[in-house]
Amino acid sequence: MASLRCFFRSGRNAISVVLRREFHKTSPATLQVTVRDALNQAMDEELERDERVFLLGEEVAQYDGAYKVSRGLWKKYGDKRIIDTPISEVSKICLSIIFAGLRPICEFMTFNFSMQAIDQVINSAAKTYYMSAGLQPVPIVFRGPNGASAGVAAQHSQCFAAWYSHCPGLKVLSPWSAEDAKGLLKSAIRDDNPVVVLENELMYGVAFELSDEAQSKDFVIPIGKAKIERPGNHVTLVAHSRMVGFCLDAAAVLAKEGVECEVINLRTIRPLDTDTIEASIMKTNHLISVEGGWPQFGVGAEICARIMEGPAFNYLDAPAIRVTGVDIPMPYAKILEDNSVPQIKDIIFSVKKTLNM
Amino acid sequence: LPSLITPLPHFLHTGATRVLMFQRTSTGSRVVVASRTYADFTPQATFDIKKCDLHKLEEGPPLQAVLTREEGLQYYRTMQVMRRMELKADQLYKQKIIRGFCHLYDGQEACAVGIESGINRTDHLITAYRAHGYTLTRGGTVREIMAELTGRRGGIAKGKGGSMHMYAKHFYGGNGIVGAQVPLGAGVALACKYQGKNELCVCLYGDGAANQGQIFETYNMAALWKLPCIFICENNKYGMGTSVERAAASTDYYKRGDFIPGLRVDGMDILCVREATKFAAEHCRSGKGPILMELQTYRYHGHSMSDPGISYRTREEIQEVRSKSDPISLLKDRMISNNMASVEELKEIDVEVRKEIEDAAQFATTDPEPPLEDLCNHIFSNEPPMEVRGTNPWAKLKSIS
Repeated sequence: MASLRCFFRSGRNAISVVLRREFHKTSPATLQVTVRDALNQAMDEELERDERVFLLGEEVAQYDGAYKVSRGLWKKYGDKRIIDTPISEVSKICLSIIFAGLRPICEFMTFNFSMQAIDQVINSAAKTYYMSAGLQPVPIVFRGPNGASAGVAAQHSQCFAAWYSHCPGLKVLSPWSAEDAKGLLKSAIRDDNPVVVLENELMYGVAFELSDEAQSKDFVIPIGKAKIERPGNHVTLVAHSRMVGFCLDAAAVLAKEGVECEVINLRTIRPLDTDTIEASIMKTNHLISVEGGWPQFGVGAEICARIMEGPAFNYLDAPAIRVTGVDIPMPYAKILEDNSVPQIKDIIFSVKKTLNM
Repeated sequence: LPSLITPLPHFLHTGATRVLMFQRTSTGSRVVVASRTYADFTPQATFDIKKCDLHKLEEGPPLQAVLTREEGLQYYRTMQVMRRMELKADQLYKQKIIRGFCHLYDGQEACAVGIESGINRTDHLITAYRAHGYTLTRGGTVREIMAELTGRRGGIAKGKGGSMHMYAKHFYGGNGIVGAQVPLGAGVALACKYQGKNELCVCLYGDGAANQGQIFETYNMAALWKLPCIFICENNKYGMGTSVERAAASTDYYKRGDFIPGLRVDGMDILCVREATKFAAEHCRSGKGPILMELQTYRYHGHSMSDPGISYRTREEIQEVRSKSDPISLLKDRMISNNMASVEELKEIDVEVRKEIEDAAQFATTDPEPPLEDLCNHIFSNEPPMEVRGTNPWAKLKSIS
């Protein structure tokens, strides 16, 4: 089954290609829901459930969201709950709102802009509960698209998973599927701590089956637990966000050659679910981590370091390796951009090298 | 009890007319040492205060302030506690019992005490790192503050925050990153408006921070959304070692809010500060949006304990402010010359304050440091216990909320 690349342009010219995936049996009452709609549902349900929750960001209200994630929310909840802000690194204001008992969802148009407010995220949000020895909780959610998009070049394509996951006091989530998006965002909003939710613009338009359970208003996914998307015996592929889909596609190709990959969807980057990864390695004896971000000091680097320090090391039959984005700023030209992030063939190649095929 | 409403134990008002001054003897019994009729003291007086410079305001705070005897004694006591506490911190720092950053507030007492007397307890306040005075006025005790400076478990943040990270109810610190507290303060104001409780937020910053970009972002949003926020610039003439003339293209900090109305206030006169704060609070509560106050004040110490404070200003200048504009002396002179208190009475207060500070310092130096078990606690709120990696892979530390 060939994979279709799905892409999305912001603004009014929305073009999306729906990709169907078959990776587990689904119950009859499932629904096809895009990641965008899942995020929208999550926010809608949480806004309804708790009136202390509100959303603010650039273009989230009247524009319906720069990427239409907050479509319809302003019409339903009004000016008080859905707030358009000027271009001012929104987090600067929303942070303190939590000190006074509210629970803001702060949207960054992309996480690249969050760098301007990263001081507030780290120094005013992440560290405050600790510095105040428990006096000042910070129940805030920072969300927005992260990582590479399509043709947006160097300043708009950086992956911030490693940057945020480096800091204690933050929880960092990276959903892949619609179910992930809904369950994780709801958990994030209900959490009493600062949570960074790294979405992916290229995934917004992708539809997934949402089970009955996932459609419920109280469906939450626990933070800190990874999910095995595809069981296998020969090699463990660990990924987050869009790369999970790539791993599943690579696994489908490799299955034809008799190689069964176990694909783990991290879902949470901080705290990292090392237990699930270790249990998998003890079964497969091989580890490859796949990410879209840069290699140096990245998510994969942390996973490998932890595996070396833990019990799973003795089960490895080959060095654990990482498949990552190329160590360069993102170029613009399509052929260059395509070759700057891992492709399915890179994953397949790495699996074969690791298995000495 | 917060120090602002601490009763004065050695004075007994018998009926409504007589004040007896007691002293404890070595056997513990009390002996009358002086008696003065209440009628001898002026219960209240009206004082002329300096006119404030105004920006985009038709009228400003009143030019006169009424001070009652009770208020006067309260303000005096609180300012003295603040002064002595800071001086004690200076001493402890030089003895290396306090370490790291220590930014002292002596000279600026009229600002903190004046602001607090102009707002309600239920209002909110946030400031930068020169925060010990505000921690006190917002409800922290001297013991808790000093024990936090010395890094002990009895500190207001259990020893985990230090000088710059003290918190109390409706007081959001104590913030180390220059200027970062301003957008946070506007956010608190947004919450006040959202929740409709008629509360406001006082958001303080210094003359150095006044040039930060995020403050202008905040002015924009606060004015746009008419947030109940009083921005206060404590202009003590020096941002670290840089005088205002060397740092700002415009030193009229009360005008820097542009579309936000402003007033420039004599920050060494507590009555001036109080009246201006009341005026500003009324402005916010009536829904007119934010307002900006510049308090012209002075710090006797250098920027922090590692700065002697004389390489960029002269000793003569410091001496001049001390002799002519000291906020505590100003209040004292007013009260004495208007027969609102006696010299002995104020001396008695000084003695008590000194004792309170000594006790607090004693506590702060003898209280044990936080237990090592506390190292990884308070990472997350409302979270089941979790494991935190220590300095090596075998060190697995426990963390509870």
